[in-house]
Amino acid sequence: MAAVATRPRRSNTRIAGGLILSALALLAVCAASILLGSRTINLAALAQTDLTVILDMRVPRTVLGLLAGAALAVSGTLLQGVARNPLADPGIMGINAGAAVAVVTGILVLGRQATGASVWLAFLGAGAAIAAVYTTASFGREGATPVKLALAGVVVTAVCSSVTSAIVLADADALEELRVWQVGALAGRYWPVVLQVGPYVLVGLVAAMFLARPLNLLALGDALAISLGQHVRRNRTITFVVVAVLCGAATAACGPIAFLGLMVPHLVRLVTGPDYRWILAYSFVLGPLVLLLCDIVGRLVSAPGELQVGVVLGVVGAPVFITIVRLRRGVEL
Amino acid sequence: MFRLERRARTRRALAVTAALAVGAVCAFVVSMMLGSYVLGPGEVLRSVLGLSSDPADDFVVRELRLPRAATAVLVGLALGAAGSVFQRVLRNPLAAPDIIGISAGASTATVAGLVLFGAGGLGLSVAGLAGALATAAAVYLLAWRGGIADYRFVLVGVGVAVLLESVTGYLVSRAEISDARAAMTWLVGSVGMAGGGEIAGLAAGCAVVIPVLMALSRRLGVLELGAEGARGLGLRPQAETAVQLGCAVVLVALATAAAGPIAFVALMAGPIAGRLLGPAGDRVLASALVGSIIVQAADLVAQHVLPYPISTGIVTGLVGAPYIAWLLIRTDRQGVGA
Repeated sequence: MAAVATRPRRSNTRIAGGLILSALALLAVCAASILLGSRTINLAALAQTDLTVILDMRVPRTVLGLLAGAALAVSGTLLQGVARNPLADPGIMGINAGAAVAVVTGILVLGRQATGASVWLAFLGAGAAIAAVYTTASFGREGATPVKLALAGVVVTAVCSSVTSAIVLADADALEELRVWQVGALAGRYWPVVLQVGPYVLVGLVAAMFLARPLNLLALGDALAISLGQHVRRNRTITFVVVAVLCGAATAACGPIAFLGLMVPHLVRLVTGPDYRWILAYSFVLGPLVLLLCDIVGRLVSAPGELQVGVVLGVVGAPVFITIVRLRRGVEL
Repeated sequence: MFRLERRARTRRALAVTAALAVGAVCAFVVSMMLGSYVLGPGEVLRSVLGLSSDPADDFVVRELRLPRAATAVLVGLALGAAGSVFQRVLRNPLAAPDIIGISAGASTATVAGLVLFGAGGLGLSVAGLAGALATAAAVYLLAWRGGIADYRFVLVGVGVAVLLESVTGYLVSRAEISDARAAMTWLVGSVGMAGGGEIAGLAAGCAVVIPVLMALSRRLGVLELGAEGARGLGLRPQAETAVQLGCAVVLVALATAAAGPIAFVALMAGPIAGRLLGPAGDRVLASALVGSIIVQAADLVAQHVLPYPISTGIVTGLVGAPYIAWLLIRTDRQGVGA
């Protein structure tokens, strides 16, 4: 807290200005995402194939990027806020692993044909993983403390990846499916997928907007939040439900995309300081911005092939993340 | 009063350590008795010590079962000792090599060797070893900022791990299906894969490094007080941290080269040993023994419980999780085994 007090005060107008600038940048990136790729589109001479490419591939891809980016960044922010843990991330909390085990089990039980179902299965698995993590951590005297949450995440990850490995090593179809799905990507997911997960993401994002105030109070510590009249347990539970919806939907659609949920909130805090109202607002915008930028980079770097956005985010995100960790004196929430 | 209490604690610690050692030896013998051809404990012991006169028993024990059993013991010792050192030096129960990127580094290097260069056998082990050491060095350097702070080290490690995992996933997704299968098998981890070279390397590493860590572990207690506290008691905490982490990384690298990244052992052994031991006694030795029991028990289950054998790493993941969950349910705000 002392570090916060000694920093220069940030004026709200400046933060709001930054938010507007980020939104404009996001618009530009959306346009770029529609126009750039292995087939670059020239607006002056629009051919019929160009239209097909735009409407059936680039637009759904961009919309999915917007949805998944916002969902992952916001759920990362919520997780870090509610767990008061800078390590909190869909990956660490076992959500990706839960989704993966559900996908693989589905293939084992239903067979390879049921690829369409894997979206729903991933959604279920992610939700189940969060529920398991939260329930495990909530047992005992103190309830879901940060350390216990993080450890419970590790536990659930380990269980899920053990089961996944056991299935994958016994079933060749499952391996084939998993190894394609386990690198998160925006490519190859068309309108049906977008329409399947879109409503959940939108509902989750709206709900997240109402969680800023409870998160600000939770940041003061459980005891203080309770004495200020907060229902700490209830608010935690609601937050986790929202995270499950957002993260599950994004992971279901794109596969596990690492780092966005971990990175964006840390980036945002550098600009906004500790107020979750601003952090959430920025995450809405910066999540899709970063995700789409990485997707475009992946398309251009290895054209005519593609580098999946999950890989690009890993490679781009790690140095950014490490820089943030190094810049900040104490990464404490 | 104090002295009496202290003596009671020391006695308890000694008894626990001895019991753990007996348990590890029993598991070692039992794992060589079982199989499609069941042997008695006497036959196993005679054969291991070179006193047996029955060439059939000798073949089964020394050629078929001993390498696997020895690997299990050594991998467990190495991971257990290393995990407890990581957790105590970095003062974070999450700071196991699984989490801070060292296993991930070994995995990426091995999968790259397999998929890109078609390497096999000892080449893969060397790649894994190099990957683990390089990753540890990278994390240490990246976390260095006029010193190593515990939380910064863990966070940088997590970042590096995520980066490496996404690269591994990319490599697996690009690979031929047979290579992908081999890669997945290695990524799970099993004590049945090691060749003679890896076992010898791991044995030598354990024999040298674990005693060193035990000798340093008195200071580990002081390091747990934090950098200022340690400096106040006349230690150079940075150098101390670097040496101890370096030793632990060597152990992890050798174990991973021999058996792949067996999940959870390094994370589990330290807290269990701490709980059994109480405040006195040698935590490094006890953790190593606990690790060795865990790996051996897991491999027994992996080999004999299901109709077809599965990888050791699958069992450690499945078996370890409920234990940590149980610990979590029982512990207070401070987390595990503190």
